[in-house]
Amino acid sequence: MDAIILQILNGLDKGSAYALIALGLTLIFGTLGVVNFAHGALFMIGAFCAVTLSRILNLSYETIDPNKTDFLGNPAKVKTTYVEDWLGPDMGGAIIDWAVPLAILFSIPVMVAIGFVMERGLIKHFYKRPHADQILVTFGLAIVLQEIIKYFYGANPIPTGAPDVFRGSFDFGVMLGFDPNAIIYPYWRLVYFAFAAVIIGGVFAFLQFTTFGMVVRAGMADRETVQLLGINIDKRFTIMFGIAAAVAGLAGVMYAPINSPNYHMGMDFLVLSFVVVVVGGMGSLPGAVLAGFLLGVLESFASMNEIKSILPGIDQIIIYLVAIIILLTRPRGLMGRKGVMEE
Amino acid sequence: MSKSNLTRRGLIKTSAIAGAGVALPTIFTASSAAAFTNEPTGGSVTLGFNVPQTGPYADEGADELRAYELAVEHLNGGGDGGMMNTFSSKALQGNGIMGKKVEYVTGDTQTKSDAARASAKSMIEKDGAIMITGGSSSGVAVAVQGLCQEAGVIFMAGLTHSNDTTGKDKKANGFRHFFNAYMSGAALAPVLQSLYGSDRKAYHLTADYTWGWTQEESIVASTEALGWETVNTVKTPLAATDFSSYIAPVLNSGADVLVLNHYGGNMVNSLTNAVQFGLREKEVNGKNFEIVVPLYSRLMARGAGENVKGIHGSTNWHWSLTDDASKAFVKSFGEKYGFPPSQAAHTCYCQTLLYADAVTRAGSFNPCAVGEALEGFEFDGLGNGKTLYRAEDHQCFKDVLVVRGKENPTSEFDLLEVVEVTPAAQVTYEPDHPMFAGGELGACNPGA
Repeated sequence: MDAIILQILNGLDKGSAYALIALGLTLIFGTLGVVNFAHGALFMIGAFCAVTLSRILNLSYETIDPNKTDFLGNPAKVKTTYVEDWLGPDMGGAIIDWAVPLAILFSIPVMVAIGFVMERGLIKHFYKRPHADQILVTFGLAIVLQEIIKYFYGANPIPTGAPDVFRGSFDFGVMLGFDPNAIIYPYWRLVYFAFAAVIIGGVFAFLQFTTFGMVVRAGMADRETVQLLGINIDKRFTIMFGIAAAVAGLAGVMYAPINSPNYHMGMDFLVLSFVVVVVGGMGSLPGAVLAGFLLGVLESFASMNEIKSILPGIDQIIIYLVAIIILLTRPRGLMGRKGVMEE
Repeated sequence: MSKSNLTRRGLIKTSAIAGAGVALPTIFTASSAAAFTNEPTGGSVTLGFNVPQTGPYADEGADELRAYELAVEHLNGGGDGGMMNTFSSKALQGNGIMGKKVEYVTGDTQTKSDAARASAKSMIEKDGAIMITGGSSSGVAVAVQGLCQEAGVIFMAGLTHSNDTTGKDKKANGFRHFFNAYMSGAALAPVLQSLYGSDRKAYHLTADYTWGWTQEESIVASTEALGWETVNTVKTPLAATDFSSYIAPVLNSGADVLVLNHYGGNMVNSLTNAVQFGLREKEVNGKNFEIVVPLYSRLMARGAGENVKGIHGSTNWHWSLTDDASKAFVKSFGEKYGFPPSQAAHTCYCQTLLYADAVTRAGSFNPCAVGEALEGFEFDGLGNGKTLYRAEDHQCFKDVLVVRGKENPTSEFDLLEVVEVTPAAQVTYEPDHPMFAGGELGACNPGA
């Protein structure tokens, strides 16, 4: 039982990342009708926003310490960060420690700006082109973006830690009446799950309870009618692209302490996220979220030794297997609408 | 009326003899011009450095390339000479290789077997490379070694740790300086026993490809010989990024040691995940839970950050060694590039020097002569103590380092500390050892 609970927690955590990326993908597809294969790259850039802010906060000056030597035997250079120098070791150290949460604020304008530039500069020219063209150009853009990141940050993963207070793990089992150490779960993964829930809830609330959101939803349902009413729906959709980019970026920022960011991490999530969108139903926001969590949990269960001993390799194909089954039984996905991508 | 004696049969015979006569000098000329593949004829010789310049191991590839450039500089008489000054063989004079200036071309393996073979093929066929070296993956090493065997050039492997490279996939034209998975197990086992005792239960997570399999086999064998029990061995997909669902079952498996047979990004992520799940603070069977990473790389350890602290593994070489050769190499490399070399850089530098030295001693670039010079060659002064290039499998036998993630690093390079230098004798095995069975060196191929 404890193993099952652990895998459910793992699945919800993985599902959080899938759901956040798939939510952004669906927002873009639902509003602009674009299949954005560069969305994984936006997730990766978000993670590198955390890396960048961490590096900015760790900017330092060097002084020579005659009592220490470097690897060549020369007097060693000792680094002192400007933040600690200006604000004192306690305050400065605390700010550096909280680099990842602070990167949330840093990443939002960065990601929205990147989203705007992507949409206005490239993607808008492909609105009326076939989906295959959109896939090719956005996939090419994803490769360009990851090569740019690799050029500046290198190919190796870059460790980016969570604040000290969230390091370590929480004994979940004791709360549920199990033996101590039976169900241990890292604090930061719980934070990630809660964060994802807040962002998903925020996006739904924004679309549901604001006038802007209402117009966007109306535009998603019937673009031409909304335009006939004199509303500039294109402008709103461009803003939605920026919001979708920010959602992917935030997912990446908070993911940085879970796995050290590397230039390729967007591609690792992209394909799975597309499967999530398709399983959820193209254009369906609740479908994307539901499918994200569902496939995350199933993937975790498929990694259990008990299941792998019966079906070796199932952990590598489970998501695709479930996608095939769902699409055979429900061709529009779990919550897909009629007419979407069926013309 | 004159009568001609010319017959059809006579004409054919005469033509054949005349043709053979005309062709004879050409045949001999062609034969002598291409006694072996890419025989150097001018004042220079071209080496092919096949390293990952893109893909997940690009940083390691960049360090390999730095080492190759340094080796070429030293071979051509530039710089301070580095380990040429400490190398026990004094055949190299800093005048290139046999008086021919060393030039090089580079290829990008992308850490993909197909791409690595294609770039090696291009360097051999288009650029005239006489020797191919480099790489950061056993899959790539095995593939390129096979290609070099067919093409008739020497392959001096870079970073490849699978037993198979000099085991079932060994080739007469291929040579490995780097250590292997068996040696990691043999070096680590006594240290693990002294640290953690003989009554331990180990759980293995293993990258699902040739290197992972052979490392798991080696570590299982060496730890079970200590009396450890192997609770489970789980293969993880090479493409996996989040290992949480593989780590979770470890918690309640009864295991008190987790062995991560992972390298590169896999190692960084699985170790990070294991530490996040509190395994290092856990107590099982009345003992502290321990994590072991059998193959360490400083470049990769950097990606795992503080998570490497206190975790044991093995490595081929480390820049903090204090023997004259290591110090000479670190000085040479450090002054040129501003940071210490990695183990990948070290093995690549050594391989280049070893090849050049073998050519010089053999007095020929012919791969068969070079191979003969390398086989059974005993040397010292390249940073690993006394070393033997064994003739039977073309594997180097030398000391192996057991290292530990440093608790209080003094710089960004100071991540590992050497716990023990395991003598070569302790990691040496018979050529017909079952873990290396199933392949034959075959005959050397000079190509052409």
